[in-house]
Amino acid sequence: MSDLAALEQRASAELAACADEAALRAWNTRYFGNNGEMLAALKAIGGIPKEERKTYGQEANRIKEALTNAYEQKLAEVKERALSASLTSNPLDVTLPGRPVPRGRLHVATQVMRQITAVFADMGFQVYRSREVESDEMNFELLNMPPHHPARDMWDTFHTTIPGVILRTHTSPGQIHVMREQCPNPIRVILPGMCYRYEAITTRSEIQFQQVEGLVIGERVTMADLKGTITAFARRLFGQERHIRFRSSYFPFTEPSIEVDIDWPKDDPNADRLTKGTGWLEIMGAGMVHPVVLRNGGYDPAKFTGFAFGMGPQRITMLKHAIDDIRQFWGNDLRFLRQF
Amino acid sequence: MNRMRIPLSWLRDYIDISLPPAQLIERLTLAGLEVASTRVLGLPVPEGVRVKAEERGPVWDRDKIFVAQVLGTEKHPNADKLKLPTVTWGPGTEKQLVTGAPNINVGDKGQKVVLALSGSVLFDGHSEERKLAELKPTKIRGLPSDAMVCSLLELGISDSKEDHTGIIILEDDAPVGTPLADFMGDIVIEVDVLPNMARCLSMIGVAREVAAITGQQLRLPLASRERHLPDNPDPIAGQVSVQIEDSKLSARYAAALIKNITVGPAPGWMQRRLLYAGMRPINNIVDITNFVMLEWGQPLHAFDYDVLVQRAGGKAPTIIVRPAREGEVLVTLDKQERKLSAEHLVIADTKGPIALAGVMGGLETEVTEKTKNILLESASFDFVSIRKTFRHFDLPSEASARFSRGIHPETVKPAAERASDLMRQYAGGSVCQGLVDCYPVPRPAQVVDLDLGQMDRLLGFKIDPVEAIRILRALEYEVELVANASGSSTYKVTVPTHRLDVQEGPADLVEDIVRIYGYDRVPTTLLAEPLPKQQANEPIQFEERVRDVLVDCGLQEVICYALTVPAKETPLVGNRDYVTLKNPVSSERVVMRQSVLASVLEIAESNLHNADDVRLFEIGIAYFSHGSPHAPREDSVTRAVAPTLPCEQRRLAMVMIANRGQEFWNDAGAKDKQPLDFFELKGVIEALADDLHLKNTKYQPANLAHLHPGKSATLIVGDRPVGDFGVLHPKVAQAYGLGERTVLVAELDVDALQAVTPIRFSYTPVARFPAALRDIAVVVDEAIPADQIEAEIRKAGGDLLSGVRLFDLYRGNQIPPGTKSLAYALSYQAPDRTLADKEIDKAHKKIEDRLKNVLKATIRGKE
Repeated sequence: MSDLAALEQRASAELAACADEAALRAWNTRYFGNNGEMLAALKAIGGIPKEERKTYGQEANRIKEALTNAYEQKLAEVKERALSASLTSNPLDVTLPGRPVPRGRLHVATQVMRQITAVFADMGFQVYRSREVESDEMNFELLNMPPHHPARDMWDTFHTTIPGVILRTHTSPGQIHVMREQCPNPIRVILPGMCYRYEAITTRSEIQFQQVEGLVIGERVTMADLKGTITAFARRLFGQERHIRFRSSYFPFTEPSIEVDIDWPKDDPNADRLTKGTGWLEIMGAGMVHPVVLRNGGYDPAKFTGFAFGMGPQRITMLKHAIDDIRQFWGNDLRFLRQF
Repeated sequence: MNRMRIPLSWLRDYIDISLPPAQLIERLTLAGLEVASTRVLGLPVPEGVRVKAEERGPVWDRDKIFVAQVLGTEKHPNADKLKLPTVTWGPGTEKQLVTGAPNINVGDKGQKVVLALSGSVLFDGHSEERKLAELKPTKIRGLPSDAMVCSLLELGISDSKEDHTGIIILEDDAPVGTPLADFMGDIVIEVDVLPNMARCLSMIGVAREVAAITGQQLRLPLASRERHLPDNPDPIAGQVSVQIEDSKLSARYAAALIKNITVGPAPGWMQRRLLYAGMRPINNIVDITNFVMLEWGQPLHAFDYDVLVQRAGGKAPTIIVRPAREGEVLVTLDKQERKLSAEHLVIADTKGPIALAGVMGGLETEVTEKTKNILLESASFDFVSIRKTFRHFDLPSEASARFSRGIHPETVKPAAERASDLMRQYAGGSVCQGLVDCYPVPRPAQVVDLDLGQMDRLLGFKIDPVEAIRILRALEYEVELVANASGSSTYKVTVPTHRLDVQEGPADLVEDIVRIYGYDRVPTTLLAEPLPKQQANEPIQFEERVRDVLVDCGLQEVICYALTVPAKETPLVGNRDYVTLKNPVSSERVVMRQSVLASVLEIAESNLHNADDVRLFEIGIAYFSHGSPHAPREDSVTRAVAPTLPCEQRRLAMVMIANRGQEFWNDAGAKDKQPLDFFELKGVIEALADDLHLKNTKYQPANLAHLHPGKSATLIVGDRPVGDFGVLHPKVAQAYGLGERTVLVAELDVDALQAVTPIRFSYTPVARFPAALRDIAVVVDEAIPADQIEAEIRKAGGDLLSGVRLFDLYRGNQIPPGTKSLAYALSYQAPDRTLADKEIDKAHKKIEDRLKNVLKATIRGKE
């Protein structure tokens, strides 16, 4: 008996002294290997007097089980410690830069155009597109601007060498195109596209820019609807709290004509500069479709009314992101484009 | 767009204004006269009024800056140019000060001047920038000076250095001792006048707006009946006659005759008003014509009557308004000789042209200091004619700005009478009785039928008729109720005789009513109109799809200028006819592009200065002259051929210049610095074809001058070529400044691409049973293209063959010269079972046999 007790005591002490997995494995071989002491002790039962055998056997098995359990436990502990040591031994500098992912992006103008289109699509507006090199007739005359009309001064025009052919100065000729296609059906469209103006290229003016125009025609389209539609748009694009303001203005193809201002968010640090201290910022021109234009599109003004509005997505983008140079848009510097 | 500066003190001559300035500014802005800026002269800035930083001026301290009078002027003992005026600014005040002003001389006394005592804050007249400075006691050349007499510049009235050469000399009746702020302090608003508000290029026009907005009564200067001048029995009749050759070009021409005038300075108040309104005072005659122009909006012109008489050989002159005769010449006021044509309207006498109508007077008949008798012109001209003339000669002016926007002929008479009367008062003239007023076809009164029910229908809410009628009457419309049937009132509305912009009729009146009523009172409603028939815009949707694929492939979208120069395209497209601008703004932007690729190459080049990885695409338009052999059959957008307009075609262009892999700090040195090659670009093209579900795509060697002859391909879908891509020809790359780089380019026809894109596709069921992989290496003649080998493999493989992937291409000494080895991984799969080895062996054998038979191939490892 005392031999067994001594064995247990020794084995336990040695197990406790094992510091790593290798020592544990060696311990295991020493006691539980083919020539291990524990096996030897179990085999030694044959030399035990018969009356003591049962007790010896029970005790030997208890010790075997206890040592095995202790070993397993210790092994798990040591492994855990080793794993945890190895995981913490060589930590990465997580502040090092990550591996760049090759990425493409849409031009910021396309992104904004998609946003605008999506907002109007939700209100049932479809997209209509028309040509950029236009006739003077479409760009001016049918929009209530006969030759030499003073209002033509509002659009500095690129003329081509072909008489009567110009680069469109606004997307409004699309109004005539879509009316003539759709008459007498009701219309609810937006007309996005590139426009051209005879201007010096500076930080504030460009020869080419996009416009999004809207046109709604029907038998009971009202100015109050115009206000509702633009309010809905402004809130979707600039925030739920936005209010809009109508200001009397002039466009030859609408009457009444208005400019639309929104109350620019006061938490924008640029708010005061943008709104010149008024809190209001112009975002688009609009109005009720002029009876002459309705007639030119084939609609009878006695029966149909309509509204139209037009805005410059580049201007809106510049406002939103405090861009101070309009030339960035078509300059296509990747250092600019990659910011959006 | 034109701007009009309005000193509020001047406006108050015609209307009482009780609104605070900030509210007046807001109401005018909302009603259509946008106040672009405000200047405050000498007064504290009123609450809520915004003055631009660069336009802020000094506040004239009421306790320190006064109207003063010179009592006498002595010489400065120590300096020749300095003088010592003694001034008083009220009983018991007297001070001697030092000035260098050239318009105060030794011995001068009696002049009224502006005195600033020490402590005043004014602009420093000697500083280059506008800088406010406090006036402090100092010594000038040994004499103490603690006050000064001021110039326009110092007071902040003028920005011009010219106005610092002398001090202000006020009119003789200026009240000595009055604080200057009370005497001439003012608020000047500057409004943008839109074309339909051209009538507001006048004080009275703006006053009318204020009257309508505020409900105050308008006061017009001197109703004409008070202006009969009984003291002068000299009638104008017989002293001048007027003929209008074409009343379409000049509806009305009135002449007044004012005799025995003395040319001299205009009164101080008038000069000040002109100055505040942005015009420089010249002399009483010119200033009066300008004053009346600003007051009524009607430009006037003064001729030296005696010169006209002389030209007429001593007889009564005849004024003729007519188009110039071809080849006539006129020397204008600016001493330029103007060659005239029938496009130009002139004022002539029997001898020839004496003025460019509405644009500029002639030199010969100009009013000079010696002029005694004046023929005053007040006339109405066709605005189109004036526009053509002032544009032709590039002579924009305050007068041509007004004439070219249209002035109602009814304004001619009151303006002529007003100016005559002012010349009587301020130039000592005696006005001949009457006008020679040639008005062959008086403009008929314009009457509009207004149905308020229609207005409500347009606006979407009801404006109280009483309010609507009040607004119209405040705007000087005459309103008469004509019908009141079925609850809807119709009115007969007569348009006032200063309005030319009421053309359409009711719509114009509705605008007038609602803008004065207030757009803020328009309710906000949602469209009640039923939704129109919905229809997708397929071309746009398709473009957006293509954009998304290319962005997924790592390309950056760009949008380029549509305007370019042919030289930037010739390396790609050779010489062509272009849609060309008649009036380009820059020598770089002259024609509409025909190559979107050229634009993108230009952008790629400019980006390579600060980036080494450039992968770009644009979907944009190329523009072809009508009838050009390069023009596509139909227009992208309208899907039609416009009779004369250029053809617009959508193109997709790509440019890729980069090395494989991205730079990263953890990669060992020069790992893989190979430039992107043909197959990287082809990968993008294939991704696009794949995402668009294109069927039957083929790639054939392209044969295009701008592409590398051995590294370029044409994409063909079905039998339709869709575009070309590959390595840019090195010479072309050089021409675009891209040096030795490998430049990958593609240009596809977006319309063709859309046409071959299936509208729908069916999905392929995802296999539930495992695939078996077998490799095969095929040695074939070098001339056999890869797609042919793959086609044969697929033909032989049949339904069981689910995938063919090339994984190696070998050329070298292990195989016969003139051959190549292609190794494929083939997957075999069935939708309904796991394939048995025997089945696969059989299928694989069939492929091997076909390749041997059809392509004379050797199967490697089975020789």
